Amino acid sequence: MLTLAGDIAAITLLSVFISGTSTLVATAIAVPLGVTLGLREVGSQRLLRNILFTLYGLPPVLAGLLVFLLLSRAGPLGSLGLLFTPLGMVFAQVVVVTPIILGVTMSVVATVERRVKETALVLGADRRQLSITVLREAAAGILTAVMVGFGRAISEVGAVFIVGGHIETRTQVLTTTIITDIQQAEFGHATLLGVILLVIAGVVYSLLYRLQERTLP
Amino acid sequence: MTMNLQVEGMRKAFDGRTVLEDVSFRVDPGQVFAIIGPSGAGKTTLLRCVDFLQRPDGGSVRYAGREAPTDPASLLALRRRLSLVAQSPLMFRGSAAYNVSFGLCVRAVEGSELTRRTAEALAAVGLRDRSDSAASKLSAGEAQRVAFARAIVIRPEILLLDEFTANLDPPNVRILEAAVREFSASTGATVVLVTHNLFQAKRLATRVALLLDGRIVESGPVKEFFEAPQDARTRAFVQGDFAY
Repeated sequence: MLTLAGDIAAITLLSVFISGTSTLVATAIAVPLGVTLGLREVGSQRLLRNILFTLYGLPPVLAGLLVFLLLSRAGPLGSLGLLFTPLGMVFAQVVVVTPIILGVTMSVVATVERRVKETALVLGADRRQLSITVLREAAAGILTAVMVGFGRAISEVGAVFIVGGHIETRTQVLTTTIITDIQQAEFGHATLLGVILLVIAGVVYSLLYRLQERTLP
Repeated sequence: MTMNLQVEGMRKAFDGRTVLEDVSFRVDPGQVFAIIGPSGAGKTTLLRCVDFLQRPDGGSVRYAGREAPTDPASLLALRRRLSLVAQSPLMFRGSAAYNVSFGLCVRAVEGSELTRRTAEALAAVGLRDRSDSAASKLSAGEAQRVAFARAIVIRPEILLLDEFTANLDPPNVRILEAAVREFSASTGATVVLVTHNLFQAKRLATRVALLLDGRIVESGPVKEFFEAPQDARTRAFVQGDFAY
């Protein structure tokens, strides 16, 4: 029983680590880029948005396959030795999550009232200060982008299965374990892991929601 | 420091529709120049062109005798010598004090000077005790007063006021008009006021111009403009015979 509890704790912690880290990395990449692109009113923005919307629908198994090929021994990043490691799984999830956070951030910033930008300019803001002001005004929306990204990361199964390999005690996460539990007719265990997954999502969303409330006036 | 504003032959059109046509005027430091006219006459577009929010199609705008520079750093420096209060100003998320201090912060004013100047600007519009109030909780009149404080706290050399008391009740109008007089008298700044309120133009302006369909019909000192207008359209407008 203790071993079972320990296993579940390890799987849960690894899930939180991978999803949390990948969301943080994706946020660090996507938010500054999304703000920059959202502020630009250029024709190419439409093309970029179309590409991003396409990437929203990027099947995680395809992302997993691409990252697998990149990280495999014969691949361009094979020397890093990240295949079948938690870091490799983070890499795969960053690929899946970044377009989502980027696209939502870009849309949120682009739709921040034009008057916010004009008011900041009228009051003497330079380009950097304008970006910070828009970022501040769009904070609640950007947090939503992060929440959506985390939701995708914590529930994602295809990419982490392919890149992580679901190796016992090394790369098992909640979602991949649920899949293998079902294959082995361990429905009780799978349901328990499902509930844990739901609780994690609930706790993280509650924290982010409270943070979002604080950013609102 | 003060600077004059000179607009020469300004033109602007949107989608082929002419909004401004050959608009010229000059405003010197210490003057309050009112541009009056009906809605849709082009008044707001004119101010937006002066404040770099829109690019005129033709003509020139000279600030202290010089056209706006093209290099970004010099343009930013010039932009920071102007300020504008819009008809329905946007309040940033945060307190009234945050909104007022915004222009100071972007100019790297900090510490006790930031606190003092913010408090002084709020006091100038009678809102010192509302300093910590969330901007979103302010009434329309209070928000407009915060917007005015936000514009003058940076001590602009050219202050542009776009229907800045439209839709406000008389007490708020009185407070804001008094603040304009005080600002103009104490700084000698150049003030351009756009309004369709003739009485406000009479109360505040030293010179007045009538803008109709994007063209300046007539301009002159406030007394002459209202008491002895030369153009029939100006006469009709100031006598209230002009339906708009």
